[in-house]
Amino acid sequence: MTIIFAIFLLTMLVITAVAIVQSSNLFVSVMLTSIFSLLMSINFFVLDAADVALTEAAVGAGITTVIFLSALALTATQEKPNSSGRGIALVVVGLTASLIIYATFDKPRLGDPNAPVHQHVAPYYLDNTMEQMGFPNVVTAVLSSYRGYDTLGEVFVVFAACIGVLFILDARTGTGPMYVARQMTGLRHHLIPQVVARILVPFIVLFGLYVQFHGEYGPGGGFQAGAIIATAFILYALIEGEQAALRAVPRSAQLGLVICGALLFGMVGVLCMIMGGEFLDYSVLMENPVTARQIGIIVIEAGVGMAVCGAMLSIFHAFAARSAGDTHETV
Amino acid sequence: MKLFEFLGYYNYWVFAVLLMIGFYAVIAKANLIKKLIGLSLFQSAVFLMYISMDKVEGGTAPIIKPDAVDQLYSNPLPQVLILTAIVVGVSTLALGLAIVVRIKERYGTIEENEILDAD
Repeated sequence: MTIIFAIFLLTMLVITAVAIVQSSNLFVSVMLTSIFSLLMSINFFVLDAADVALTEAAVGAGITTVIFLSALALTATQEKPNSSGRGIALVVVGLTASLIIYATFDKPRLGDPNAPVHQHVAPYYLDNTMEQMGFPNVVTAVLSSYRGYDTLGEVFVVFAACIGVLFILDARTGTGPMYVARQMTGLRHHLIPQVVARILVPFIVLFGLYVQFHGEYGPGGGFQAGAIIATAFILYALIEGEQAALRAVPRSAQLGLVICGALLFGMVGVLCMIMGGEFLDYSVLMENPVTARQIGIIVIEAGVGMAVCGAMLSIFHAFAARSAGDTHETV
Repeated sequence: MKLFEFLGYYNYWVFAVLLMIGFYAVIAKANLIKKLIGLSLFQSAVFLMYISMDKVEGGTAPIIKPDAVDQLYSNPLPQVLILTAIVVGVSTLALGLAIVVRIKERYGTIEENEILDAD
């Protein structure tokens, strides 16, 4: 039964992707990418990747769509027709697709327990997480402890991208008549979204905090929680106007969150070195290595959550503050 | 059973098709936002391939059940890679969109051929 459902979902994905590329209205394309992400997230869930499904739903269907829409508001919503080079592109794409499909016949079948990918380090993580970490979610254990270096790198990539966006968009408080109007009112004259969002915002934040602190025992962790909490504040900004949102979380606080989050992660690593262990080896932090690892993981997950939440909010406000027609002639 | 074995490759075929749909948008469309949408489709296709590899027949999500005996779990490693890649993906996408916004302000258009003509 599951396999039929999975095939249905995957076929829907392909249809949605074709529709995204076909549509010449960019607004339609962006809304379809949101549906695409939602389908993708259900797919991840069917494939046993609960943590990834949660991330894709929060980031792909939520934040990506909002950022795309705010970029559309600053550029254009209609794509101009252009047919040059379409034929050769179709030929290249068709050939490459058939080559990749031909190559898949050498791959192990889906779900094959003897596939090479399941033979290397994965069994070690599955066998030792309970004993070494003392909590059941292996994904969180690998993310924050066994593969802590990678995660630290990813957090710094998010940090760097956020700084890049702020520089490129020259994110100071925007001006211009459109911006002031949007900043003051938001969607306040639409009664239903306002009432619904007012009820939703606190619960989204609460859910985000649950995902953050329950990440060791169920699907969740810093990346998901940061994204979910950021969506709550973005929803607030869309409904109540940007001024109200910036009063709740000012720009300096958003940047502070990114910087403190990234630093917190790095500092825990350095602290481990000072205590005599290796970088990001939490077991030296306390007498009992299991408790020490748990404390280290809670702290670095908090750092990840802060950094992701701050970065998403800064990026959203950088786009929102730049209104169309307000070009900052800086050439 | 023969059919099921054949369908075991369906995820990878969808991966190939999605990857190429995204790639088509990147090379054939002149609109910069459409190109970025194509890039994110391309990226999602790669995510799908990694997550397809983590599945183990009869397994469940890799959250250990202490009292279950002989429970199979799916591979946690691809999940960790993709989980962080999704968040990094949205940050880099935002960076691309920021550059597109600046191009629009400078050239008044986001169509690649018009930008090339203006230069």
